[in-house]
Amino acid sequence: MLLIRCPYCEEERPELEFRNAGEAHIARSANMAGESDDDFEKFFFIRSNPKGIIYERWRHMHGCARFFNAVRDTVTDKFIMTYKAGEPKPSKLPKNSNEVVAK
Amino acid sequence: MSSAFRIPSAGRLSQVRTARFSFDGQSYTGIEGDTLASALLANGVHLVGRSFKYHRPRGVLSAGAEEPNALVQIVRDDARKTPNVRATVQELYDGLAANSQNRWPSLSFDVGAVNDLASPLFSAGFYYKTFMWPKAAWKSLYEPKIREAAGLGVSPDKPDPDHYSSRYAHCDVLVLGGGAAGIAAALAAAETGVRVILADEQAEFGGSLRFESGAKIDGQGGFAWAQAAIAKLSAMDNVRVLSRTTAFGYYAQNFVGLVERVSDHLKAPGHDLPRERLWQVRAKCVVLASGAIERHMVFANNDRPGIMLAGAARTFLNHYGVAVGRNVGVYTANDSAYAAAIDLKKAGVNVAAIVDLRDNPTGPVIDEARALGIEINFGRAVIRAGGKLRVSSMTVQPKNGGGERTIPVDAILMSAGWTPSVHLFSQSRGKVAFNDETKRFVPGTYAQDCVSVGACNGTDGLSATVDEAYAAGAKAARDAGGKTAKGTKPKVDGSENWSRGMLGAAPGAGPDTTVKAFVDFQNDVTAKDIRQAVHEGMRSIEHVKRFTTNGMATDQGKTSNMHGLAIAAETLGKPIPEVGLTTFRAPYTPVTFGAIVSHARGPLFDPTRKTAIHPWAEAQGAVFEDVGQWKRAWYFPKAGEDMHAAVDRECVAVRTNAGLFDASTLGKIEVVGPDAAKFMELLYTNPWEKLEPGRCRYGIMLREDGFIYDDGVVGRLAPDRFHVTTTTGGAPRVMNHMEDYLQTEFPHLNVWLTSITEQWAVIAVQGPKSRDIIAPLVEGIDMSDEALPHMSVREGKICGVPTRLFRMSFTGERGFEVNVPADYGQAVWEALWAEGQKHGATAYGTEAMHVLRAEKGYIIVGQDTDGTVTPNDAGLDWAVGKKKADFVGIRGLTRPDLVAKGRKQLVGLKTKDPKVVLEEGAQIVEDPKQAIPMKMIGHVTSSYWSQNCGRSIALALVAGGRDRMGDTLYVPMPNGVIEVEVTGMVFFDETGGRLNG
Repeated sequence: MLLIRCPYCEEERPELEFRNAGEAHIARSANMAGESDDDFEKFFFIRSNPKGIIYERWRHMHGCARFFNAVRDTVTDKFIMTYKAGEPKPSKLPKNSNEVVAK
Repeated sequence: MSSAFRIPSAGRLSQVRTARFSFDGQSYTGIEGDTLASALLANGVHLVGRSFKYHRPRGVLSAGAEEPNALVQIVRDDARKTPNVRATVQELYDGLAANSQNRWPSLSFDVGAVNDLASPLFSAGFYYKTFMWPKAAWKSLYEPKIREAAGLGVSPDKPDPDHYSSRYAHCDVLVLGGGAAGIAAALAAAETGVRVILADEQAEFGGSLRFESGAKIDGQGGFAWAQAAIAKLSAMDNVRVLSRTTAFGYYAQNFVGLVERVSDHLKAPGHDLPRERLWQVRAKCVVLASGAIERHMVFANNDRPGIMLAGAARTFLNHYGVAVGRNVGVYTANDSAYAAAIDLKKAGVNVAAIVDLRDNPTGPVIDEARALGIEINFGRAVIRAGGKLRVSSMTVQPKNGGGERTIPVDAILMSAGWTPSVHLFSQSRGKVAFNDETKRFVPGTYAQDCVSVGACNGTDGLSATVDEAYAAGAKAARDAGGKTAKGTKPKVDGSENWSRGMLGAAPGAGPDTTVKAFVDFQNDVTAKDIRQAVHEGMRSIEHVKRFTTNGMATDQGKTSNMHGLAIAAETLGKPIPEVGLTTFRAPYTPVTFGAIVSHARGPLFDPTRKTAIHPWAEAQGAVFEDVGQWKRAWYFPKAGEDMHAAVDRECVAVRTNAGLFDASTLGKIEVVGPDAAKFMELLYTNPWEKLEPGRCRYGIMLREDGFIYDDGVVGRLAPDRFHVTTTTGGAPRVMNHMEDYLQTEFPHLNVWLTSITEQWAVIAVQGPKSRDIIAPLVEGIDMSDEALPHMSVREGKICGVPTRLFRMSFTGERGFEVNVPADYGQAVWEALWAEGQKHGATAYGTEAMHVLRAEKGYIIVGQDTDGTVTPNDAGLDWAVGKKKADFVGIRGLTRPDLVAKGRKQLVGLKTKDPKVVLEEGAQIVEDPKQAIPMKMIGHVTSSYWSQNCGRSIALALVAGGRDRMGDTLYVPMPNGVIEVEVTGMVFFDETGGRLNG
């Protein structure tokens, strides 16, 4: 079970309190009705599904109930950072925790 | 009474505390502190089971959790018959009853042993090759027969009467393994004041100190030192010491699952104790001190009872005071078996000979063995063992060939070397590295905050182990914020030192003979099987493993994996690291379902939600159905009524007089704020801005793809306040959907969402007499049709408590839904019920509710829709605001597939024979005479007998359905084809006049 830091509660809480809400930074068009078929396809159906760093939405369902964004490594399952909904996609990530610890 | 093979001067058990037990009905005496294995061996019993495939007689191989052979069924009572218990782990208690497994009619005479003679037929991959044809026979004939013949214990056939518990824990340093290394690490960490948990799978701490007679620490024997250290640790407030606790899984972020066996070793556990306790521990740092497991030698008939690991024989002697034979042979490729021979010899057991595969090894243990007068043979191999139910001899030959010599023995102690237990390290996603010099895999690259110490790290010798472990424990504590340690490192005064050994098959295993030299005892895999797998084209060790099943038994190859790998590598002509190691997976040893499930079973499996009116319905004898977590009154049978009679009566009563229905489970969300109407405009297809306060509207919610997500009646209480209802099952996801849009897409809207499902009890009063029933109890609301028309809502009081009174109908009759605070739900229901009795009202349940709404063609989202139905498909296009600029789903609705012709549309179906009721889910075709597979054009979504219509009614999704009105279609069923006519969806009161009737 993962520990996830809620950026609103400013606390690490067990995964049981959270629910994943899919990929982040997919903006809904202000002119939804006027979107082309291609644009709507990209908006609604196409997801990146990367091996490695993913930007995704989570909800602190059984806590403050807020939606927020997270950067996670899909290979190691490690959370690299979390940030509030509406904040821009981080241009620089903190030290990649994907690095293995050499002992 | 002393048992024949118990040596009073050896071991640590108190001889006076005896325990009676039985094995296969025969009574024996053991000593408290024994395992079942040591107690059986003390009585000279080596034959304890039959093997999985060949039914070969098997004895005790090990003295611990790695045991592949000695699996027994422990029978406490009728319900407690635990199969596949390792006799080497099960502690003895007075009255213990155990049975052997996989034998018939008896352990010593087993008919299934004919498989052994027929074994050329049963070699690797034989299931895949032999039972191919006919295909149908696999399920009906081959698989049941194979499962009957091969197998382990028998599952209990009654519910588990025991209870299990579960705990979460956090600590700074979690030490897994309580041998010398684990104890040293725990001491170092604990002395700094950080929180430490130390766990070991054995009943007593000490690990290999249980048998290492040469170990001396801090001036005492190793085992005595361990007990003193544990006593010291147990007394510290910052330390939790867990014995009989196996760390079975190492998960992400240093999360470790452990199972503590709390009461399996007790004679009468009582009801206060759980059987097992699951610990879920999050640690800042994990110290892995899981030790090493000894490997057997691979030679012909190496599975005969009486042949066991040298370290195990030494444990039985030095800890349990049991001699595993009177005249033992030793077969080894490393030094450690010498120590076993020396200890046995000193205890008075004759050691017939030591056979050492190595050419000219030297060392203190070899000198000591020679000084004790033990015959030592270098450069020789045991090429086979004699005997059947018990080993009777070993045949020795120079390893490069030559004259054979047969030596009578009653036990053989073997050791091919020790395999570091990297299971947990590997589970933590760490990568192992192969040490070519010592021929073993050791921890290489770490993926989590953990550190391996001692034998599991490939560290040899007690002194080096304690140094390494103590330093690692101190560092882990310091990293976790511990103070500088005040303690002193344990001083090792005496140590045994052995490493190396051999991997793979010894000369007695072949290469190309038909002998059975076992690699994996539990799955009956021989050296020949692994060679054969390679010859048949398996190249990857993962394929070899699956083809031969090597390492796939419940012991997960603890003793066999390295031998199997080495034989495969040799056959392939590749170095071991290139062939690779199979993946280690949790659990380390089998875990009971009970421990995982814990209290979450029976009524605690899932929460049960009950409405405020539930007790009344229960008292009336209602039959309940599960709707999600809710218990809902399904129907209210009177004496002598079956379900159909009750539902028919309820349906007629509602349309004749009136009915009361508990609608409390309906999801309810209050949408409040200056932008509430704007928010509603975006979340629902309908227009809301112009809906006047006091009026209601049927709303449809879509997903972005244009498909119906939920529906419900929404009342506007004030310009800035909506009372939204959702489907019973949809309430949580609708709330999540609304919150998602409010928080992330429309955060500029000033709106609050509150779930009010459980705050309001809802009593639906429906039928021609409904107003007469409600009116006398209501204050402050004009109940006339002019003041309170259909689809309106008022706030006032009923029976003196606040109410939100909706005039709405899910039956097509004049109807009301009375919302009152849940605490008053039952009282108001009872008052309405009393009024209702004056007007011939009945209580009706969910089944009648379903029939009544279907008579009117009202859909149920999730029953008549399935996530691929648009408002237009459902005949609800009128509810989509055509002038709206945006709402969730607006773009999805114009997708090419959603506006295409021929989509499935909801229609009514009438069977040509009105008495026939269709089956929900039944498929519909145009031509019943077409060839199979037929073209299916739709399916039945709702179907009931309607007493009010005097016939059956159904709703269905049919391709191009609305263009087929009046057409005849067909529903093929196993008992014949049913003819149906396509109709509109309204079966009763088509003009809707009864809403005001």
